[in-house]
Amino acid sequence: MVNKLLFLYFASVILASAVLMITRRNPVHSVMFMLLLFFHIAGLFVLLNAEFLAAVQLIVYAGAILILYLFVVMLLNVDRESAAPRANRFWPWMAGFGVLIAGEALLLISRGAFPVEDGQSMRLAGGVRELGETLYQRYLVPFEIASLILLVGLVGAVMLAKKKVKEE
Amino acid sequence: MIPLSWYIMLSATLFTIGVVGVLSRRNIFIILMSIELMLNAANINLVAFSHYLQSLTGQIFVIFVITVAAAEAAVALAIIILLSRNRGSVYVDEFNIMKG
Repeated sequence: MVNKLLFLYFASVILASAVLMITRRNPVHSVMFMLLLFFHIAGLFVLLNAEFLAAVQLIVYAGAILILYLFVVMLLNVDRESAAPRANRFWPWMAGFGVLIAGEALLLISRGAFPVEDGQSMRLAGGVRELGETLYQRYLVPFEIASLILLVGLVGAVMLAKKKVKEE
Repeated sequence: MIPLSWYIMLSATLFTIGVVGVLSRRNIFIILMSIELMLNAANINLVAFSHYLQSLTGQIFVIFVITVAAAEAAVALAIIILLSRNRGSVYVDEFNIMKG
């Protein structure tokens, strides 16, 4: 019962801050609502016995990616933002179709049956040890490829954003 | 306990909000953050399945999704800086140089 109440709290805050995030005029406000959303998603992960992922969510998403967004939003001027329209001219269509698709998905999910029970054994409780053993043994090659992706991201970001130096 | 379908409903709704954000906003920052929103919706699904199926594979997938999201954010923000430096705008409907 407590778990259900916690889930309903997390879900309502997540949905409300997501809607506010895509409707705010000022991008800095959007980033702040995104921060709230990430915190509550981390809470949802704790509810699902994934404590390590909750920590990773907070450190990487809220601590690194969102701060990067905030830096770039503040780096570029957003003065014109107060006057310009915030959505393109098709937005009523898009919002209507969004409500339609969400309603359809909710209807289908609520009518479907999921033959799994809530996990009972606590051995798997988001243990960092089991997670590390699985990651470094069974998924070692994808892990190395992920490091390569991060390297490409690093080099690509620097190469794209640096000023071109005139060669004389 | 909490039924699995609640998590899937939350994730589907969150994903749809992200899609609406991508399709209707003009500011390119909000579009990128909506993409992050969609990735997070998929993460909720993966962790929920991992919990209910008692398998760690879902959590491993979430780690890879977060890695890719970090790399994607870095490259995309570099592209945004380049765009605003060259075109002087962060609104996607003003980037129509390739329009026929």
